[in-house]
Amino acid sequence: MALLEINNLHVGVEDEDIKILNGVDLTLDTGDMHAIMGPNGSGKSTLASVLAGREEYEVLEGDIHYDGEDLLELEPEERAEEGVFLAFQYPVELPGVSMTNFLKESVNSVREARGQEELSSAEFLQQMRERADMLGLDADLTKRSVNEGFSGGEKKRNEIFQLAMLEPRLAILDETDSGLDIDALQSVANGVNKLRDGDRGFLVITHYERILQYIVPDRVHVMMDGQIARSGDKELAQQLEEHGYEWIRDEVAAAAA
Amino acid sequence: MSTALDTDVRPEDRFISAFEVNHGQALNGVNASIAQQREDAIERFSQLGIPDNSLEAWKYTDISKTIDRPYTLSLAAEGPSVAPSDIEPFTIDAMDAHRVVLVNGHVDESLSDIGDLPAGVVVSSLAQAGETHPDVVEAHYGQYADAEDEALTALNTAFVQDGAFVYVPSGTIVEKPIFFLHITAGDEPLFLQPRHLFVVEDGAIAKIVEAQHALTDAQTFTNTVSEAFVGERANLKHYLFQDEGTSASQVHTRAGTQKDNSVYSTNTITFSGEVVRNNATIEADGSFCESNLYGLCIGKDEMHVDNHTQMDHVQPDCNSNELYKHVLNDESTAVFNGKVLVTRGSQRIDAYQQNDTIVLTDDANIYTKPELEIYADDVVCSHGATTGQVDEEGVFYLRSRGLSERRAHILMLQAFTDEVVSEYKIDPLRDYIAEKIRQRFASYFA
Repeated sequence: MALLEINNLHVGVEDEDIKILNGVDLTLDTGDMHAIMGPNGSGKSTLASVLAGREEYEVLEGDIHYDGEDLLELEPEERAEEGVFLAFQYPVELPGVSMTNFLKESVNSVREARGQEELSSAEFLQQMRERADMLGLDADLTKRSVNEGFSGGEKKRNEIFQLAMLEPRLAILDETDSGLDIDALQSVANGVNKLRDGDRGFLVITHYERILQYIVPDRVHVMMDGQIARSGDKELAQQLEEHGYEWIRDEVAAAAA
Repeated sequence: MSTALDTDVRPEDRFISAFEVNHGQALNGVNASIAQQREDAIERFSQLGIPDNSLEAWKYTDISKTIDRPYTLSLAAEGPSVAPSDIEPFTIDAMDAHRVVLVNGHVDESLSDIGDLPAGVVVSSLAQAGETHPDVVEAHYGQYADAEDEALTALNTAFVQDGAFVYVPSGTIVEKPIFFLHITAGDEPLFLQPRHLFVVEDGAIAKIVEAQHALTDAQTFTNTVSEAFVGERANLKHYLFQDEGTSASQVHTRAGTQKDNSVYSTNTITFSGEVVRNNATIEADGSFCESNLYGLCIGKDEMHVDNHTQMDHVQPDCNSNELYKHVLNDESTAVFNGKVLVTRGSQRIDAYQQNDTIVLTDDANIYTKPELEIYADDVVCSHGATTGQVDEEGVFYLRSRGLSERRAHILMLQAFTDEVVSEYKIDPLRDYIAEKIRQRFASYFA
């Protein structure tokens, strides 16, 4: 059974006559790393949002199965408990919510749902130190409010840190690489690679090919106009980098004609 | 002794005739100047009248309606008997403090636990201080609160009887908080007028905590006036937690003055009450003063809370920080009016003011107004006000990390209030208040 199976997914914006996804099909197995690329506005982030359960989107048609279960039936927090994780494109600043308290509550609610014991404070702090070290995250950040005053790179690194703490089975990275300098990009990629242990699946949404030089995908999908226009191996990413997206659009149009 | 107020006559006249009947009952005899102030104050009250919302400063809070009820004007020399078990929920035992319990404005020694104070420090009732420290009382009493232009301060002054008193002499540090637990008790609909005086002399350091609670469901009205003096290089932290319940209304007027190089911080949290009006005035009457005015209102049901602050910069080289926050549920209403005055010649002032509100329902209301009056040209004064709902993007972020929708909302509201609550620099007190707030928010999302 596939970890994630998306069938003919059509999505619009609630209360507005806008359609963003027009029949997406995608299958991801445990252990796989898939990249979704595509121009701005093609629907990449919408797909990530729908997978995480953002409520302003309305599924008009199609279904999503996660580990055989109907994902769309689950609340966002239930998806997290079941092992779905979204690394946000724009991580939210939460002044007054301490990183440590937030993460502890988050980790323990997910552990509880998975039938694991709550971590003691000592265990939690140790795990937090280890994972922060692993990602090269400044441990002082864990003493601050969630994302408050973090630089762009720190915010993205913090998303991967949370990924490491929550140990999801399906991780969706929504443009985690955009806006990063080369050092931050490498440390984010290193973090992802360390977590790539065969027990989870990754869906990496990106605008650029460069992160895929560090995180080598098993499959590359190109999304255009709310559909997967083409899929291929990592060579496809290289072709997109060299030739842009228009040739795919032309080919798709030619095939349809 | 008490006097029922006759509701057939104009409310002002009820107080005036009660004043005449009870002429000798108040803080008289102690000192001639106080007796004269009382005479002047009732005269002034008579002229000013009870404010109604034709006055700009009372536009959104019509206190005259709340005052115009058949209260009993309490002039008893002591409060009714209250059992220790009655006040147990309010004593904050985790906070190691010099504790004084006042019942209806009078110190109840049997419930108090003042403990050992540093040499020279006085924590007592104002009436007692009038006898033991007449010089301190005379030097500061009636000097900071404005009985000339504020009708309710004049009314309090006319009926002044008793209240809390703190005296910290020069250079003395009081390490533990001084905790005044104000209890309203009795079956009658009481009209109370406590009067407090806090004197912290040059170089002295103190923390004063006040909490207001009620043991009665009867409608009560408390007209408090509280004066504070903060000497040169002194530091006074002054915390007020208002939680008197749904049938208690109050006007709480606090006037503080501070001298060179001093720090005066006030933080008022209003947790319950029917109609609550807080007037907090600080006069920075010295150079290099730091003044902090913080406040928080957790409104629910039909609570009406009005915070009027006034920051008077009358000397150069000072800074002031002001932050008031509201979380309004149900049909509650909050008013914030923050006035900053910088007089001519008070250069190099840095004054900051912010008011932020979260409105949880369509029926809750916030009226917010900054009022900056600046007559100096080398100053930095800023103000801002925001009103909105809980940040749903933040809620989604928390939910996507496994927190329930309910938990996410509670956490977001707690985080919003934390900026004010964290300014309570006494850990057990902060924890106590944070927990009460958490429980309140939890009840919203049951």
